[in-house]
Amino acid sequence: MEKVLTNRNLSMLLLAIAILFPLFTDNQYVLHIFSLTFIWTIAVHGLNLIGGFTGQLSLAHAGFFGIGAYSVGLLTVKMGLNFWLALVLGLIITTAIGFVIGLVALRTKEHFFAIYTLCVGYIIYLLLYKWEELTEGVRGLIGIPVPAPIGPITFDTPRNQYYLLLFFLVLVIFLMHRIMNSIIGRTYIAIRNSEELAETIGIATMKQKMVSFVLSTFFAGLSGGLYAAFVRFIGPDISYISVTFDMLMYLIVGGMGTLSGPLIGTLLIVWLSQYLQFLQNYRMLIFGPLLTLLIIFYPRGIAGGYQMWRAKRYMRKTQQLMQPVNPVSMKEEK
Amino acid sequence: MIDILVQQIFNAMTIGSVYSLVALGLTLVYGILHIPNFAHGALYMVGGYMTLIVMLETGVHYLLAIVASIFVVGILAILMERLVFHPLRNAPPTHDKIAAIGMMLFLEALVQLVWGAEYRPMPTPFGQVVEFFGLTVTMQRILIIGTAIVVMILLNLFLKKTMVGATIIAMSQDREGAFLVGINANKVAMLTFFISGGLAAIAASIASPINLVFPGMGHLVILKAFVIIIIGGMGSIPGAIIGGYILGFSESLSATFISNDYKDLIAFLLLVVILTARPKGLFAKGVH
Repeated sequence: MEKVLTNRNLSMLLLAIAILFPLFTDNQYVLHIFSLTFIWTIAVHGLNLIGGFTGQLSLAHAGFFGIGAYSVGLLTVKMGLNFWLALVLGLIITTAIGFVIGLVALRTKEHFFAIYTLCVGYIIYLLLYKWEELTEGVRGLIGIPVPAPIGPITFDTPRNQYYLLLFFLVLVIFLMHRIMNSIIGRTYIAIRNSEELAETIGIATMKQKMVSFVLSTFFAGLSGGLYAAFVRFIGPDISYISVTFDMLMYLIVGGMGTLSGPLIGTLLIVWLSQYLQFLQNYRMLIFGPLLTLLIIFYPRGIAGGYQMWRAKRYMRKTQQLMQPVNPVSMKEEK
Repeated sequence: MIDILVQQIFNAMTIGSVYSLVALGLTLVYGILHIPNFAHGALYMVGGYMTLIVMLETGVHYLLAIVASIFVVGILAILMERLVFHPLRNAPPTHDKIAAIGMMLFLEALVQLVWGAEYRPMPTPFGQVVEFFGLTVTMQRILIIGTAIVVMILLNLFLKKTMVGATIIAMSQDREGAFLVGINANKVAMLTFFISGGLAAIAASIASPINLVFPGMGHLVILKAFVIIIIGGMGSIPGAIIGGYILGFSESLSATFISNDYKDLIAFLLLVVILTARPKGLFAKGVH
């Protein structure tokens, strides 16, 4: 029985539910919210990679989200490019900017890195806001086309958009899974735990942090590009600091440094926000203290807490088995 | 031309004074606890609102309202230290930043709920225009510069000449050493947070009559204060003061001679340039 409930089977089950779900509902609102959740989850995965796994809290994430969104928006609306071409170009632009900023930002550490990236995020917001000739400033970009059809598949119905976004989300989760279960993933965790130590055992920390940072901006750009084509209207607000804080909250609630955390946290908070619509701008009255309390009392988040619980149970079981043979190890565990 | 320049220098002094006061509070806390307090901007914002509300509700004099505001924000800062930063003193460095962000979001939403989101002007009894060395300025701007200088001198005297102040200096110089000679870390931390909150309240109260009071008023100020303490060296008191005026001057002059639209960018470009050249900031101490 125990073997049936493995992580792998659970993910497959969830994926099956996600695929079958639109066949049973015609509720456009529900599909819309789920699609939005998928978009945000992709961005939160990026934040998780650099902040949760590599331990470098980047507060410029919404900025890169904005760059991705505006690249796709401008390339499709102003230059009339095909969405897919625009998305690829947008990703190249975002990661190129990410690379340049990373080169400088990652030389700074801890507090300096957080403050530096916070300021970079603000610069990006100010540029999107003030550079009216290019970005239309506060009016925003209107009429971004939906993704162009691939062969016979079109993306103009909510259901098809849902599947498209689900596809990208699964791709990102798969990618994250492969990264974190490889030696590269271990490297990131080593850097998070102690950069000096990682350096001593021969990890090129700067290079690895660069890869992690650029990948995180790639996810942010992808998420932004999809957002532009899905919502079809973008304004400079999408790159404001508060969006980074929203993403951070999804991540903390779900579990920093876990693979399932971003999805759990985003799903939970996005849906909770829908039920708390009546609070509007005051939702931070609840989410602000929630963020603070979680980080003080339960920094692992939901996914991290579950992992801990399983690890403890596993330890107890193995200890029971080992007890007669080796009582010493148990004393050490305590 | 020379008139504009002199006028701009005076403006720079005004802006710089406000920046210096905010940065001072931030740098004091960083010196003691090594926390970059992201919620400091929210304290600044609450300070502005407290002065405004006390003045409007009870009708007391502007200066008395500032005193009330100092105490309210100071106590709020102490609460923040006790309830949030103290429990997190052994947590990884990412955690206290996130906790501070949570506090900031909460305070902004609370203020918006209680007092609304509108931009509100703050009345001041010092609105009259005076001739000052050939310059036409409002009394309020003179008050800002004067207050900032007096507060800085008082703070300096307090830190250098009193026993209580010396404990703060001692702890920022060497934590373990301070414990060894019997300094109570909790008391020092609470005192530092009180001073830091009080400075934010003063800065917000004197700056609001020439700006406006609104829930997001702390955003730009706190970002710029971070830029200042990085320019001046995290934890350095003279650095925060000098950095504040440097930023005030570069902003004011670039607004006149380059572009008013992009004047807020100057601070961040300054930071990007400085951190690119020196990843640990100018005047970084050797340790940490």
